[in-house]
Amino acid sequence: MFISTLRHLSVSMASLLCRGVLTYPPLLNYAAFLRRKSHIFYCTMSTTEAQTATQGSQSTQIKISPHRKKKGLDDILKDYEAVIGIETHVQLSTLTKAFCSCPYNYGSQPNTNICPVCMGLPGALPVLNSKVIECAVKLGLALNCKLNLKSKFDRKQYFYPDLPKGYQISQFDVPIAYGGHIDLDLPVEFGGGHRRFGITRVHMEEDAGKLLHSGNGSYSQVDLNRAGVPLLEIVSEPDMRNGIEAAEYAAEIQRLVRYLGISNGNMQEGSLRCDVNISVRPTGQVKFGTKVEIKNLNSFASVNRAIDFEIARQVLLVSEGQDDQIVQETRLWEEGSQKTVTMRKKEGLSDYRYFPEPDLPGVTLAKDYVDSIRNSLPELPEVKRRRYEKMGLSMQDVLFLANDVNVAEFFDATIAKGADVKLAANWIMGDIAAYMKNEKLSIDEIKLTPQELAELIASIKGGTISGKIGKEILFELMAKGGTVKGMIEEKDLVQIIDPAEIEKMVDKVLLDNPKQLEQYRGGKTKLQGYFAGQVMKASMGKANPGLLNKILLEKLNAKS
Amino acid sequence: MLSTTAQSQLCRLRPAHALKPRPLTTTTAAAASSSSLLADQPPPSTPPPPPPRSQILTLRRSLLSRQVTAVQLAESYLARLRLTEPHLNSFLHVSDAVLTEAQSVDDRIGRGEDVGPLAGVLVGVKDNICTADMPSTGGSRILEDYRPPFDATAVRKVRELGGIVVGKTNLDEFGMGSTTEGSAYKVTANPWDVSRVPGGSSGGSAAAVSARQCMVALGSDTGGSVRQPASFCGVVGFKPSYGRVSRYGLMAYASSLDVIGCFGSSVADTAILLNAISGHDRRDATSSKREVPDFISYFTASNTLEDKPLEGMRVGLICETLGSGVDSGVVSVINAAASHMEELGCIVKEVSLPSFSLGLPAYYILASSESSSNLSRYDGVRYGSQAVADELSSLYGVSRAEGFGSEVKRRILMGTYALSAGYYDAYYKRAQQVRTIIQKSFKAALDENDILICPAAPSAAYKIGEKKNDPLAMYAGDIMTVNVNLAGLPALVLPSGYVDGGPSGLPVGLQMIGAAFDEEKLLKVGHIFEQTLRGRRFVPPIIEDDNAC
Repeated sequence: MFISTLRHLSVSMASLLCRGVLTYPPLLNYAAFLRRKSHIFYCTMSTTEAQTATQGSQSTQIKISPHRKKKGLDDILKDYEAVIGIETHVQLSTLTKAFCSCPYNYGSQPNTNICPVCMGLPGALPVLNSKVIECAVKLGLALNCKLNLKSKFDRKQYFYPDLPKGYQISQFDVPIAYGGHIDLDLPVEFGGGHRRFGITRVHMEEDAGKLLHSGNGSYSQVDLNRAGVPLLEIVSEPDMRNGIEAAEYAAEIQRLVRYLGISNGNMQEGSLRCDVNISVRPTGQVKFGTKVEIKNLNSFASVNRAIDFEIARQVLLVSEGQDDQIVQETRLWEEGSQKTVTMRKKEGLSDYRYFPEPDLPGVTLAKDYVDSIRNSLPELPEVKRRRYEKMGLSMQDVLFLANDVNVAEFFDATIAKGADVKLAANWIMGDIAAYMKNEKLSIDEIKLTPQELAELIASIKGGTISGKIGKEILFELMAKGGTVKGMIEEKDLVQIIDPAEIEKMVDKVLLDNPKQLEQYRGGKTKLQGYFAGQVMKASMGKANPGLLNKILLEKLNAKS
Repeated sequence: MLSTTAQSQLCRLRPAHALKPRPLTTTTAAAASSSSLLADQPPPSTPPPPPPRSQILTLRRSLLSRQVTAVQLAESYLARLRLTEPHLNSFLHVSDAVLTEAQSVDDRIGRGEDVGPLAGVLVGVKDNICTADMPSTGGSRILEDYRPPFDATAVRKVRELGGIVVGKTNLDEFGMGSTTEGSAYKVTANPWDVSRVPGGSSGGSAAAVSARQCMVALGSDTGGSVRQPASFCGVVGFKPSYGRVSRYGLMAYASSLDVIGCFGSSVADTAILLNAISGHDRRDATSSKREVPDFISYFTASNTLEDKPLEGMRVGLICETLGSGVDSGVVSVINAAASHMEELGCIVKEVSLPSFSLGLPAYYILASSESSSNLSRYDGVRYGSQAVADELSSLYGVSRAEGFGSEVKRRILMGTYALSAGYYDAYYKRAQQVRTIIQKSFKAALDENDILICPAAPSAAYKIGEKKNDPLAMYAGDIMTVNVNLAGLPALVLPSGYVDGGPSGLPVGLQMIGAAFDEEKLLKVGHIFEQTLRGRRFVPPIIEDDNAC
């Protein structure tokens, strides 16, 4: 009875129309006047990225000249500092939603994962999924936050068709975690460097549904599958100064939630969403400029580009004395035109009329509970990077290996089996990464195990097989699985290291190629490679290359 | 004897308009000592009427001994309902499945299967409590024709124990009101005097039980919505401790105050229904995990009662509730009730709760604040009535303007104001502080006393329309009840006397307040009080069916 009625409801919901509802005000084409210049700005900015990323202290003395036009944008930008803070929403990959037992699967048919609770039906009540608290504590600890052992939920109230109850269950004045920081290393190609950004707070809340707008904009439909999915909102301190720092901050958050296994962190699917707040001020000024919020950032690249665009836009306005053109507003990043446009102007501060959620008891964390979570945390990216660095790997290698938690685990497992650190890194970053990229597989989808990679590396190092054979085996292991030993035996791939045997093969090749031998001895020593190739071919690739070359050279030069 | 009782429940009805006021039969000394009681004394030779008997237990004995069938019983109640309903308007919807469900009870009994303790019991359900197979409107236009896809937990439990939902009872829209005049659909009349209100907001449930249109009923109590109509209609009303009964499926008015409560024509019936719906519910995070005792086991059979069955029981009479603004008739009834309790062995002392008068403003701020939030979901987007609009804000605006009544709008506006930035500290936060003070003062009073007593309302039922245009006067009528919700305590209201008015007097209820989760003590005391209160029969003149209670 319950199910069938619900199905009936969901069908009617799926076809529900908000007749002619205008959900966004028409986009103001405010940025149009910048269009011509904006392209130049962006190009200019991208060349300065590395510089701005690495500059530690900046000149304190600035002079604002009224004659800006004659200066290049680079020069203008040098006199300003951007202040950037990010609000990140992380969708938790719990089995069920935050306050009901509905599953959430991205891409499901609209209104198929819904129930009275997440639809906000009359009389339905939320009951907290305890996994949400677990995830929040994990992330709070991973972000070096202090925890509020007693926190609570609050209602944030506003009307929107994707918000079924007319309020969002969130946390207001007592977030579960606060006052932390995150460490990261900027990519080498952007100048590198270590950064620490402050974390203001982490709080728990629920996601809203989605509006599906009709093609001609005459109506909108509501999909509540996402309504009630648990989110953690992470608010950073305004510590970032440019696009690449912000993008790397977001990337590090993604890395962290993946390491912790609390979210897939997928930006395209909206599992990780960044809203950026940004203002500019003349370098050295203490007072902040007017803050603008940017939404619709679907990748780290768009975070980077949108911020650098926005910095240039704001700096230009300030430098031309048009500060008043920068207003507190929400701007949308348009991927197509690569610029930000006004989405809505904020009429003062909106009043969400927060008050404590009476349907949910307070959240109390026991010390034992927190300790058990702390003790179960995996090695986190920053610690891993520092460990890899100490192992003697280059920063490039460190960043690559620590980037993906599965790759890092593979690498760690490989060296745990005794593999040489540098060789293991090279194999993973080289042939294995290339194979994964070509086949569009992740490292846990390939058939190669860390055990076998370690074995392979040892077999090559120990001389059992040649590097060339090793490579062939590697591809077979990745595609089909199996063991290195088995494959060597099965295909009789053991390297020939008996000098007598190699000598025999060399002799035969020299004998078979008298013409070339004559030419060689006549001074065309380049032909050594030809002979080596012939011998290797004769050995079916198994001859030890060092030995082969040594013996070959001896023979070639013997009678000269 | 049993069969006589059972048969008599099927006795004939006369149309209400043909009824004449029935003279009261008051004989006990305690009752006679009260000046407010109606003067008409019966001849000394008339035997006093028996104390109220449990309809549920009587029905059960009759059913199990096959003296009557569930269908016969259901038919008799439905017949009475059909006769009285045009005068009362207690119901917004009457189930068409009552006889079918009664038949299945008979079938099970016929097959010798076990039937639940509520088998065949006809239960009225307040319309702000969700029922899967019936409309649930909350008395609001905005939910006209809305049918929930699920039963409220309390309803589910009632059904699981064999209870039959007779229909959905009228109420003030979303429980906001004290007269049931605030329903978007109809005005319910008081069975004692159809020109008077039944109280509210659970007025439909109270009237239905009073007129024996059903045996028991579910109501909800946010600020007195079970207790005040129980008092007005002369029935027993129980407001459980906050968290005792799951709120899942109760349309939220003020979540931190709302509780589902019970109506019955006897303490026993009320207790049986309360037993059925109490207990933890995983769907309500605020429901208590405390074990639910068998309330009936605390009862003492009336024929085994000692001379002073409540010897040593400490009873605090809240002195702030008997001062100015309270009808003298009500004060007399409460004083008489106190005397009666003393006769039963109680030690009755006056107790002062200095914070008592703070309850009303604190309640109206908190309840309005929470309601402004809880009613946000009625936006016309997913269910309920949706206005035709060509842009979003007018879809919201018109749907809500047309869907909500004036009292609901008033409270949404008050609540929105109280929660607004800049006013939060002065209103909401301060009211929460007052709430804490009230909780502490009740705790202190209940450390000194086993129970507290006071009226359930400052007056008996008043005329329909009398306070309709004076919301403040209506709010003031909640003074006796709101403190209990703020403190989250259980309270029992049971009829204990009359004042002048209507064709045969108007009932006045006594409110007993207990410590949190001490329901059993209230029910035990209430049961003894009821069984020893000689000479009162709280059967309204609209039904002549005297034996049905």
